[in-house]
Amino acid sequence: MDSSASVSRAGSTLLQVIGIMILAAGAVCLLLIALDFSPTAIVGAMFSGSLTSWLKFSQTLSIWVPLLLCSCGLLFTFQAGLWNIGVEGQVVMGAIAATILLRLPETTLPPTLILIGSLTAACIGGSLWGILAGLLKNRGGVNEIFGGLGLNFVAQGIILYLIFGPWKRAGIASMSGTDIFARDLWLSMPAGWRVAPIALILAISVFLFSLLLLNRTRFGLRVKAVGINARAAQLFHIRPERYGLLAILIGGGMAGLAGGLQVIGVYHRLIPAVSSGYGYLGLLVVMLAGYKALPVPLITLFFAWLAAGSIQLPIMLQIDSSLSGVIQGACVLSALLVHGLRSVRQR
Amino acid sequence: MIELRSIHKQFGTVKALQGVNLRVRPGSIHGIIGENGAGKSTLMKILTGFISRTSGTITFDGREISLKTPEEARSLGIGMLYQEPLDFPQLSVLDNFMAAAADGNPARQQQVLARLCEKFGFELKPKACQEKLTVGERQQVELMRLIRDKCKVLILDEPTTGISQEQQELLFEALKKLRDEGTAIILVSHKLAEIHSLCDRVTVLRHGKQAGEQERPFDEKGLLQAMFDTLPTKSSRPAQKKIGRPILRMDTVSTKAGRVGLHQVNVTINEGEMVGLAGLDGSGQSVFLQIAYGLLEPEQGRVSTPVAEKDVVMRVFLPADRLREGLIAGLTIREHHLLAGKSPFFLTAASGRTTAEQAINTYSIHGTPATTAERLSGGNQQRLLLSLIPEEARLILLEHPTRGLDVQSGQWTWQHLRAHLPENGAIVFASPDIEDIMEQAARVLVFFNGRILLDRPTDQTSYREVSLAITGRV
Repeated sequence: MDSSASVSRAGSTLLQVIGIMILAAGAVCLLLIALDFSPTAIVGAMFSGSLTSWLKFSQTLSIWVPLLLCSCGLLFTFQAGLWNIGVEGQVVMGAIAATILLRLPETTLPPTLILIGSLTAACIGGSLWGILAGLLKNRGGVNEIFGGLGLNFVAQGIILYLIFGPWKRAGIASMSGTDIFARDLWLSMPAGWRVAPIALILAISVFLFSLLLLNRTRFGLRVKAVGINARAAQLFHIRPERYGLLAILIGGGMAGLAGGLQVIGVYHRLIPAVSSGYGYLGLLVVMLAGYKALPVPLITLFFAWLAAGSIQLPIMLQIDSSLSGVIQGACVLSALLVHGLRSVRQR
Repeated sequence: MIELRSIHKQFGTVKALQGVNLRVRPGSIHGIIGENGAGKSTLMKILTGFISRTSGTITFDGREISLKTPEEARSLGIGMLYQEPLDFPQLSVLDNFMAAAADGNPARQQQVLARLCEKFGFELKPKACQEKLTVGERQQVELMRLIRDKCKVLILDEPTTGISQEQQELLFEALKKLRDEGTAIILVSHKLAEIHSLCDRVTVLRHGKQAGEQERPFDEKGLLQAMFDTLPTKSSRPAQKKIGRPILRMDTVSTKAGRVGLHQVNVTINEGEMVGLAGLDGSGQSVFLQIAYGLLEPEQGRVSTPVAEKDVVMRVFLPADRLREGLIAGLTIREHHLLAGKSPFFLTAASGRTTAEQAINTYSIHGTPATTAERLSGGNQQRLLLSLIPEEARLILLEHPTRGLDVQSGQWTWQHLRAHLPENGAIVFASPDIEDIMEQAARVLVFFNGRILLDRPTDQTSYREVSLAITGRV
């Protein structure tokens, strides 16, 4: 009985995903034709730009890592019933926290230790920024959406201040960021790779950790209970505020780790746009995944592919790469529409 | 003159109204009384066009009217003052007064408002923000809006709930003035005192049927008999358990939470007691239970558990709205048991399955461990909630334990509760049904307007005394 129910549930989820894909593909094709572009040429360009070599695919993976980390973090907050819109700020604070350690004056500490330390600092930075939004909600009655949004602006202000102020390059301050870190403070990357293996391993581990924590522990069950019905959860002696705070702490830590990895593994310096909108994109990913962990790696991979592939558009077809944003948007709207139609029909 | 003839209303299989007749003359106040669920609200919603009747005719000044929409009712001059005023809290008093006015000139409307205030002795500042007002003042704004719009039939739904004595006197004076000017007034109430002081005629509803009608002067005994079902011969009450030490004590507990709050409540619940809380919905029973459980903190007074030396008294609370307040939709029976019991940190798909299966058998829940809570029927949801009560629970608090259950499930619930009344614990339940309380409980507390009006062992009181106390008479 158990298994047949879950099989039929999996079947309906699959149907839904197919529906979303058909709808999204149709909408995008129509749009492209209306704009007088050939859909096949565009898809072809995006494929050849991202999947034809390991170098190109690893480019996709380098986008996948931060997106997967942010999305995993959001799984916790969504499950707890929170709209953690502050992921962007948490990524930024993670990046800043990591940079603090990397900018320490010359020491005799082994670089590996500094790297581990700065990634830990990144997690803590993101967590603290998340907890701030959580405390604003619990203690100050500020809705987490407004608190998170406000904190995003604050974090953006702080990073700009640091880059143009105390941390500016010798002589000049510019949008291109701080001085580049010493070579031994970069995450090692084999030749022909665009993503650090350590970053990949960390991202995959974080995903597996999330999967386990959310679906196979008492903690995950409690978070879910709070998210569905905080009032009833209290009758099970679960304190909703506490679990909300824990969820945002974990989510913030994962977002912070994403920020730290961007600094250490990708840019090798602190740049103003270090978060690149992964926080907001993560919200869409998790919604598309129906707030469940399992589909998240694939959906994030798809979005990463869109982003990486679209970089080829200006080069190969003289189309601006912002078209990928249109495709992303069409996918998300299609997904929301399919979800919405289903719940309308169930009413 | 408005006249309703043979009004029927059916919601699915539920017959909410069955052949109700009502005639309200201009220049009179007509009372409608009855218990919760007697059909008062349904009847009023039909009169104001919010819901349509299944059958029956309504005539207004001799003309048959359809009353399909609230607009139609409004244009005919039928207006209603709701228990919870329908206003715009962020706007000013004047803005609220002007809402839907045919003449939207603020200066003129302010004059109209001032004139009406003077006439009825209300003191309202036009510029004050509506949300800063008391319920009574918000009601006054609404009332004046209805009067300005030349309301011919004025309906009031429990208008004295949550307002001060002074405001009540002003309201009654205003209603008498309006009656003398020819307005037909319908007063929905469960308070006999109000009926006595205001009404010219009264209709009693019970279970959707007309159970009586009287002209002034009213015969109180007759009204009560019509309102409540007559008491069947008393079934043998379960043997009284030995009363032990106090398990929960409230000292002068007060709060503003809920519709009427709770005022100066002093109660001690003892081990071995089964206590029933009587009263109309929203008279303070829910707030009492929530404070007893600890969901709400009292604003004044103290709640203590005298027997607990070091060990805290384990309490459970089963709310009336089971799916919205007690269970977690989307989680399965197994997961509910995992949440309620002592589960290990790491879980597998098999964790808690045995416990859930045992509960399903013991409590005859129709479902499997993988059935989600929202897929269970009301009776099964209640069984699930009961099955979640841990052995160690010493204070079991229930809100409407048999609401929405069929007779069998209801009886099963009572039997189960009686059998599981812990030696060193107590059960406290709120029920709208006096019979249930008289039959099941050993002690009754009657709530009225946030106060406990009566506190007696059930074998030392009567159905009549309890039903009088529910309507505010001691």
